[in-house]
Amino acid sequence: MKLHEFQSKALLSARGVNVPEGRVALTPGEAREAAEALGVDRIAVKSQVLAGGRGLAGGVRLVSSAGDVEAAAASMLGRTLITEQTGPAGCRVNRVLIETAVRPVRSLYLSLLVDAARAEIAILAGAEGSEDIEQRLQSGETRLERLSLGTGDAPEKAAVTGLAQRLGLGSGLHSAFASLVDQLRLAFVELDATLIELNPLVVTEEGKFVAVDVKMIIDDNALFRHPELVALREEHDGDETELVAQNRRLNYLRMDGNIGLAVNGAGLGLATLDMVRAANGSAANFMDIRTTATSLDVAHGFTLLLNNPAVRSILVNVHGGGMQPCDTIADGLGIAMRRTGRTCPVVVRLAGNNAEYARFRFANFGCKVIDCPDMWTAVNRAVSAAHGERS
Amino acid sequence: MTILVDQNTRVICQGMTGWAGTHYSAAMMEYGTRIVGGVTPGKGGTYHLNLPVFDEVAEAMKETGANASMIFVPPENAAAAMIEAIEAGMPLVVALTERVPVQDMLRVRAALKQSSTVLVGPNSQGILSPGVCKIGVMATGSERKGHVGILSRSASLTSEVIAQVSAAGLGQSTTVGIGGDAIHGLSMRDCMELFLADDDTRGVIAIGEIGGSEEQELAEFLAGIKPGIPVVGLVVGRYAPTERRMGHAGAFAQSAASDAGNKISALKDAGVIIAQSPHLVGETIREAMAAAA
Repeated sequence: MKLHEFQSKALLSARGVNVPEGRVALTPGEAREAAEALGVDRIAVKSQVLAGGRGLAGGVRLVSSAGDVEAAAASMLGRTLITEQTGPAGCRVNRVLIETAVRPVRSLYLSLLVDAARAEIAILAGAEGSEDIEQRLQSGETRLERLSLGTGDAPEKAAVTGLAQRLGLGSGLHSAFASLVDQLRLAFVELDATLIELNPLVVTEEGKFVAVDVKMIIDDNALFRHPELVALREEHDGDETELVAQNRRLNYLRMDGNIGLAVNGAGLGLATLDMVRAANGSAANFMDIRTTATSLDVAHGFTLLLNNPAVRSILVNVHGGGMQPCDTIADGLGIAMRRTGRTCPVVVRLAGNNAEYARFRFANFGCKVIDCPDMWTAVNRAVSAAHGERS
Repeated sequence: MTILVDQNTRVICQGMTGWAGTHYSAAMMEYGTRIVGGVTPGKGGTYHLNLPVFDEVAEAMKETGANASMIFVPPENAAAAMIEAIEAGMPLVVALTERVPVQDMLRVRAALKQSSTVLVGPNSQGILSPGVCKIGVMATGSERKGHVGILSRSASLTSEVIAQVSAAGLGQSTTVGIGGDAIHGLSMRDCMELFLADDDTRGVIAIGEIGGSEEQELAEFLAGIKPGIPVVGLVVGRYAPTERRMGHAGAFAQSAASDAGNKISALKDAGVIIAQSPHLVGETIREAMAAAA
């Protein structure tokens, strides 16, 4: 689960990390009040979206009066922000963060992440923090220092000092840096994070480290340990459809084609997308039905597909396994087709556990489906149906 | 022969008294797997499915002579169950549990470093040697005894490929789901090594997908040893939907290796025969094995 900047900052601030003073606003009026409460003449107005690249895309402004804050907030709120990390659809801005702009003496890059290849937590840090850090790394202008944190244990003091030195931090800053590393390490483990990224992390004139921007991702699989973090989701401005899917044990992603796709299993789903493309078709979505989904969950999923006006045909590619037999999926599809009443070509490929029984279920529901013996035939039928060809 | 399991495999089930443990243990016993007991803390001394239940793995091993454990413990306690089995010196641990927190898996991997246990999974569909032993949640019916080894990161795609291989007139020596999570036990490379050491496996299918760099490590291994049997590869996800990114660290950690095209070319360079489409894997291995014979 990705967290908003203001949510991440609140979590880190509660754990001792310095963040700029600030407040979230939902309207330009609230933004103005927040600025007046800060009482400073350098104020940052920051769009709150769950993606990076905001600064380069105009989603962050530095202004000098409460009136300018109100105007900047008005120009951001309700708009869709498109950055290099959001994809072409962009993200709608429903909140802005109004903050005291910090005057940096230095800007650094610092992140903690789970390094899957080495199965450990690692710190990656750069002597210069900025939004174009990826490009500057590629061109060799800057480089990253690495420090392993193993399973989250405290690193040796000398290792942290060594990292501070490699980042070019003077000895006067070493103790503050060590505290920051420790606070971040503990936050990372306690919150079950998979990413905490401070970019930039600035050093102020007073020799304090301040996290000017924070990105945080929490492990979805660990949310059972963090009901307080699950509640933060209410402040998310996610796609309504994707939210329904999440609550129905479906992995759903919107795409820009016209074939509504449903599969059981991510690998089979990726394989199906590859075949759809090879057959010159394009999917309107990716929907993977998890092994624990019930037929009612599946029905909600198919309703999303049937209610999407972009969908011209539906392709169901299911290989029933020991956990998710074909008939559960057939029942879900049957319920959805009866409920929505939408007629659109539905192409199914059923194999494996209870495939034969699933065909009886379709018959009982009175659902007309185009039943194909193998994946490739099904993909081609769905593509030609989406193109409006009679099958 | 088979890999990882054989007719002497004696299995205990951690979490046997729960719904999933009960259901799948019963299905495996029906298939012929020798399940010899279960472990559920607090239920030691009782019987379930007519088998003795123990409080601890070490005790269960001592009393039953088990040499493999399968884990059906819910995500909350799955890592602790894996670590208990590893510390008890269980030779083979198959973790079927899905959605195990990633930081828990860091601790499991640290425990594996000091042990000789082979961990398969988590988020694995398990291991199936047709007619010999099944430790897992896969449906059976389309498998056939034979000489093709299958190793895979995806459960649903494995079922599909097993059906294709059988339809092509071949059978499987062993099929192994190494698990779909980023951090897991047995790697593609190590699983391949086991297949290549097995006299009865005359061809191998490796099923990969986007993310991580295991396919590249497999390719590097194969390029170095030049296997004497055909290896067919399938890597899916070339046209996967792009997710919104957040921050830069993901890009640093993943690099170009996670891309499907990159994996395919690494495997191709290592002599792996790439199946042209997911529906052609069965035909591809049939032709490759016919040509090698």
